[in-house]
Amino acid sequence: MAAVQFDQVDVAFGRHVVLRQLQFDVPEGAFVGVIGPNGAGKTTMIRLVLGLLRPNSGSVTVLGQPAGRGGRQIGYVPQSFAAEPDLPLRARDLVGLGLDGEKWGFALPTKDRRRRIDACLERVGALGYAEEAVGTLSGGERQRLLIAQALLTSPRILLLDEPLANLDIRSGHDIIRLISEIASETRITVLFVAHDVNPLLGVLDQVLYIAQGRAVLGSVEQVVRSEVLSELYGQPVEVVRVQGRILVFAGDEMVPLGHEELLPHGRPRSLPAEP
Amino acid sequence: MGWLNYLIAPGFLQTSQVRSALILGTAVAVCSAVMGVFVIIRGQAFLGHALGDVGSTGASGAVLVGVQAIWGFLGAGLIAGASVDVLSRRARERDVATGVVLSAMLGLSALFIYLIGQVSTSTGVTQEILFGSVFTVNPDLVLPMVGLALAAVVVVGFVYRPLLLSTVNPDGARSRGVPVGLVSFAFLVAMVAAVEQSALVMGALLSTALLIGPAATAIHVTRRLGMTIAVSVVLALVDTWLGILLAYDSFNWPPAGRGWPVSFFVVAVMVVAYSLGQAVPRTSTVRAE
Ligand SMILES: Nc1ncnc2c1ncn2[C@@H]1O[C@H](COP(=O)(O)OP(=O)(O)O)[C@@H](O)[C@H]1O
Ligand SMILES: [Mg+2]
Repeated sequence: MAAVQFDQVDVAFGRHVVLRQLQFDVPEGAFVGVIGPNGAGKTTMIRLVLGLLRPNSGSVTVLGQPAGRGGRQIGYVPQSFAAEPDLPLRARDLVGLGLDGEKWGFALPTKDRRRRIDACLERVGALGYAEEAVGTLSGGERQRLLIAQALLTSPRILLLDEPLANLDIRSGHDIIRLISEIASETRITVLFVAHDVNPLLGVLDQVLYIAQGRAVLGSVEQVVRSEVLSELYGQPVEVVRVQGRILVFAGDEMVPLGHEELLPHGRPRSLPAEP
Repeated sequence: MGWLNYLIAPGFLQTSQVRSALILGTAVAVCSAVMGVFVIIRGQAFLGHALGDVGSTGASGAVLVGVQAIWGFLGAGLIAGASVDVLSRRARERDVATGVVLSAMLGLSALFIYLIGQVSTSTGVTQEILFGSVFTVNPDLVLPMVGLALAAVVVVGFVYRPLLLSTVNPDGARSRGVPVGLVSFAFLVAMVAAVEQSALVMGALLSTALLIGPAATAIHVTRRLGMTIAVSVVLALVDTWLGILLAYDSFNWPPAGRGWPVSFFVVAVMVVAYSLGQAVPRTSTVRAE
């Protein structure tokens, strides 16, 4: 059974078509890098998997069921959460919300609850600051807490929306290593959103490239190629491999992807609305 | 015992107005202190303040038609809260929506307060709406107000975990089946109850003081939510009781044996507590990154 299936999925906000005819199956246990420029629709795709958004047409199936029934089977790490420096919440309390945050009332401090939270904190290497106030932690430390929060229900799918966005390169690599270790230990399916494929090259099984509202899923060799990306973007794209890194250039001006602000007309044109 | 007379003017606890004021003040302090912690965490301090201000519209309207001020406070707070909720689908639009609703309702308030000045000979009414009237509150209101404060605290206790999860990870909360909109609205209603009751004691303009002051101080000196709420409640209680005591004492003070406003004393005590709190370093140890 596929972990996530998109079948002819269209999403539009008003007249603005964001995703068009998305069609792919993510196999169970795969580590998928979801790559694409800003505004491509990566977060929209994640929200479809979570069942927070209904497609205008087509269907999204998660673990054999229509999206939205996932609940505790899906762990979700939001792009970031703004913690005031004074937020009076200890790291362990934040993580604990992952266990039973949807239940009414207070959590009773049972031994079992504490043991499960400690185990998760330890797994992400956050036990050392379990008692600290969340607001005083660094970006990388908070990211680990959000991952622990997402893992507490032992989900079968883990969705991470740009977990590297606010991290320096070193903390970013640590987070990638952590996720890939967890993935190989638990056979959890991972959808890891990033706008650059390079940091993920060593760990991902497949790449889901989203651009101009369309998406292609496959191995890096299959997808990140000049012909495939040119077809996807609908304009000439050049893929160059240098010393094990992949550089992607797009547009007539051949601006490196991820730096669309350098294009004379700003971002790549969005798709025209359906008639 | 002479010094005690100096501290607590004679007859403090024998006066029925004082007893009512203490009971009401206690309920309001507890409710505001609990709510305030969540208001600050959720970044809703401006909304909290606006809810107090628009209370003046309801209260002055109520006085004009001969209804008790508290029902005006509560009604205006609910209308304003619901309008902001509807107008701000996204969090970042909330402050703008709040500003719009606040202006619209304060415009009415200006009219109502002008009309009160025209039809009523007593200038005290406007003063009470804006700056509080804990000693003149109708004793029949004390019990309903205590019940309302209790209900608001119970609501927040009930939505405690989903409210926190929706605050730190709204999409995660939604995907886990939390009715985020409903939880936020329940909190908003509890917040309206706290702010508008506080407006009765502190006045429309100063009701946020009790909402934000003790909670802000508590948040600064604690790092776990249970403790934060406890400290906030203790601060608010001490503050309110001291304020009522000093206001009672001030009946003997110049200029004219009328007593100074309670809200002045509550805010004065609060500012002292807040400054002391700021002098305390953050509780968490500084760690190497
Ligand atoms: N709720 C929404 N209403 C209107 N437009 C939206 C909404 N959510 C996303 N969009 C639009 O959809 C496009 C894709 O957004 P998003 O999925 O967040 O991109 P990404 O995560 O790849 O940067 C953007 O143009 C964005 O403006
Ligand atoms: Mg995004």
